[in-house]
Amino acid sequence: MLDVTKLLEEIKASPYKEVEILAPHTGMIEFAAVEPGTKVAGSMGVWKEKPGTLLATIERERNKKNICSPLKGEVASLKTELNKTFVSAGTHLATLRHYLSKDEVLEEILKQALYLFRAPERAKYYFVPEIDKKIKASGPRSITARDGMEMFIMSRMKREAPVFYSGPEGIIYAVYFQYNDVLDAEQPLIGVCSPDQFQLINDVVVRVQTEWEEQE
Amino acid sequence: MDIEKKVHLLAERLRYIQDIFGPKENENIKLLQGRLEEFMAKEKDLANEHKVRSLTVLEDLFVFLENKLERQLAAMDKVRIVRHPQRICLKDILEHVYDNYTEVGGQGEYSLDPSIVIARAYITRRSGKRVYHQSVMVIGQEKGHGQEFRNGGSVKPWGNANALHYMKVAETENIPIHTYVFTPGAYPIEDYPGAAQQIARNLYEMAGLKVPIVAIISEGGSGGAEAIALADARLMLSHGYYSVISPEGAAAIEGRLREGQRATPELVDTCAQQLRMTAEDNLAMGYIDRIIQEPPLGARPEHYDFFKSLRSEVIRATDEVILNVKGFKLFRTMALNRRRKAERKNTFDAESIFVRWKLNSKGRELLLGRRYLKFMRLSRHAALDPKPPFQRLSAFSHDLGWSIYSFLRYDLFRKHQKKVQHTVEELGAEAQLVWDRLLRPVKALAKRFKTSDNLAEKEQQLTQLSDWVRDDGASIGRYDSPKAREDRAVSCPNAATHGCLDLWAPDLYRDFAGVCSYCGHHFPMEYPWYLANLFDAGSIYEFNEEIESTNPLNYEGFDLKLEQAKKKSKHKSACMTFEARIDNIRLVVAMLMADFRGGTVGAAEGEKFIRAADRARNKHFPFLAYIHGTAGIRIQEGVNGVIQMPRCTMAVRRYLDAGGLYLVLYDTNSYAGPVASFLGCSPYQFAMRSTNLGFAGPGVIKETTGVDIPPDYHRAYSALSRGHIQGIWDRRDARKNLFQALLTMGGRNLYYR
Repeated sequence: MLDVTKLLEEIKASPYKEVEILAPHTGMIEFAAVEPGTKVAGSMGVWKEKPGTLLATIERERNKKNICSPLKGEVASLKTELNKTFVSAGTHLATLRHYLSKDEVLEEILKQALYLFRAPERAKYYFVPEIDKKIKASGPRSITARDGMEMFIMSRMKREAPVFYSGPEGIIYAVYFQYNDVLDAEQPLIGVCSPDQFQLINDVVVRVQTEWEEQE
Repeated sequence: MDIEKKVHLLAERLRYIQDIFGPKENENIKLLQGRLEEFMAKEKDLANEHKVRSLTVLEDLFVFLENKLERQLAAMDKVRIVRHPQRICLKDILEHVYDNYTEVGGQGEYSLDPSIVIARAYITRRSGKRVYHQSVMVIGQEKGHGQEFRNGGSVKPWGNANALHYMKVAETENIPIHTYVFTPGAYPIEDYPGAAQQIARNLYEMAGLKVPIVAIISEGGSGGAEAIALADARLMLSHGYYSVISPEGAAAIEGRLREGQRATPELVDTCAQQLRMTAEDNLAMGYIDRIIQEPPLGARPEHYDFFKSLRSEVIRATDEVILNVKGFKLFRTMALNRRRKAERKNTFDAESIFVRWKLNSKGRELLLGRRYLKFMRLSRHAALDPKPPFQRLSAFSHDLGWSIYSFLRYDLFRKHQKKVQHTVEELGAEAQLVWDRLLRPVKALAKRFKTSDNLAEKEQQLTQLSDWVRDDGASIGRYDSPKAREDRAVSCPNAATHGCLDLWAPDLYRDFAGVCSYCGHHFPMEYPWYLANLFDAGSIYEFNEEIESTNPLNYEGFDLKLEQAKKKSKHKSACMTFEARIDNIRLVVAMLMADFRGGTVGAAEGEKFIRAADRARNKHFPFLAYIHGTAGIRIQEGVNGVIQMPRCTMAVRRYLDAGGLYLVLYDTNSYAGPVASFLGCSPYQFAMRSTNLGFAGPGVIKETTGVDIPPDYHRAYSALSRGHIQGIWDRRDARKNLFQALLTMGGRNLYYR
């Protein structure tokens, strides 16, 4: 059974994700004006079109490339001794510490607590009419998913086929698709949890929402 | 009128004056302000009679100083006048100039685009005892008096499409069109039909619209204005402006400002002055026919006399356009003479002479011819053509020779071609028979002595390596890009998403033709690469290369920039026109080069483009516009540049009407005016994969619309999805595709068909 308190404590103990910045290929490394503790930004803009903070440049064959921060956070460590040296591909250059946001913590917990039923093919998915009616009336949590249950209609260019749920029995905790969305194969459709863990997960979500302090 | 109201009106007048003179200090305005405040302060203590007297004096002072201020108006003040919410707008004109009107393009904000108003209006004229109702189609941008939904007269693409639709209705109904230009510029979005493409379509259609068009310009902002201003008569309000770009836009370019930065008022003033955008400037340069005088400090809705004179001028202009093409010469001469006399005596009344505003088919054709000639005469002074007289004569005789040859070959001969062809075939067959009979004994003798003479050659073919020769005759590798001479690696911008590995520059820019061999991304290539790889080797023959870009407005510092561009590019303008061959099909090409001032189009480029189109028409050659890159119209040439939009479009239309094939091929970045006119009007527009295509750049779109645009907004594939172009070509296939296009597309009247 999922130990929510322990899980939360674990995340609280290290409320960040560490990202290692590696050299993409061989080349001469030159660090930008960053040092351990420097706050860095990830890709920005509506379309993530603006690159993050410049961490270093790598030059090979007179072709200088920027190595930018992929995430928001701070520089945890920097291999300054590699500055202006020739490194091989995959050399560890720096470590970034990305502090988890509420949404990311919830995502992490739910990933561990829920069983995700995934789309078998790239298509549009709908609930079968009976389930759809129930969901509309009382929400997805009113549905208990059982192995072999006819749950979805998969629609590919108007050609429709039923999709049967397979996995542990439980309550639909979350629905991850919208009406008329085209989903890629392997994208999660629903998250299912066992009935006895339902209350527990709810508590965790509430606790994260209220207790989690986001760090810059 | 009671005193309180009069004082209120004077305060309004003062506020208006302060608005239009902006932040500048002015003694006269201070004086007016002081006197008005003084009067208002002591008003309560004055006796009524004294109040009236003081107020009359104050009103006289306002009139006097308004007249004085009128003489001090600078170009930027006029810009502020036309942008003022109190400025007359199209709805005021419809109310006061026309006798009746019905809006047909929507009402108020319930419209496809409220920034354009379309109305069926009529003017009632009395001639003797008879009353005539003369219908016109009135189309114009509507700024409203500060109505937010009008978007300041910035018309969206579908608004311009609606305008075009009703122009065609007017053509069907054979009624004149009056267009009123009240726009700071078009709304720069690419959503279908697309700002640039729709303006181009409007210009193309207006070039051939067989009804009289009279345009009245108040605020003529570049492409947005041109969308409805291609007219037989172009009048301008005395306090209006007509320009290639807003003074703020010019200042932003001049001051090299970045997004969010603002130009200083002094720089904006200087730019407004240098762009020569006022009515007087435009009249002097010949881009408008007449100025309609406004009251001091600009017309406002309460100036009823102004509407009267506007009505008179509009009627007069329409009459003149009609009379100029009417077949009935006697009447026309008499009417024009009477008008001239009346004008001299100051007793001119446009409505006193009735002219029927309908044209017969002959008149319509004549109208188009006159319109074409009118525009072709414009801006010639702004390009330098230093050809000596004998060269001009030689060029003229070359053109004449081709005209005669084309007439004989394509017009006269083609009509009887089949008959002649059949006769020649018959005669040929007869001659062949006789020839074969005669040669039979000789052939028999030769056969008997024939030996295997090619044995050595055959042996060589089978045993030795052959030379590789491209079968299509192109000459890969004759141009060596300077980028290919660098010993360095280049990264593909798609490396992160497509996993492309770095490419070695000599490989990339020489063997791979600037195309990433992993994802097909096209790196920009210089135009000589295309000259070397698109056309048959040694087939390029440049003409009109001596036509030179100048600085017609004496724009400060531009002479030097122009000199630098000429020196750097080794060309005299951004347009190179030449004849060439593709697989032995001859064609005329006009090429805009990004290396020369960003490929911007000014008077010289326009003139060269027109001459190239004429040459292609004359010789019945296909016409290719290869756009290596263009940043738009050259702002430093002002209206001399912007007028190339209608001019070149008309030349293209004339070429297409003659049955030619007009192909446009974009490469690198193509934006603004040229795309919104003579390029965008082509039925066959193709783009290399390296193309960015649009009306305005991302910065301008963000500033005008406040909306962020995605990074791929201007990419060729986006343009293709919006229907702006007809296809995207791989650079390596461009020659093959061009050849196919020449063989299969358009043009009933090409020399090889």
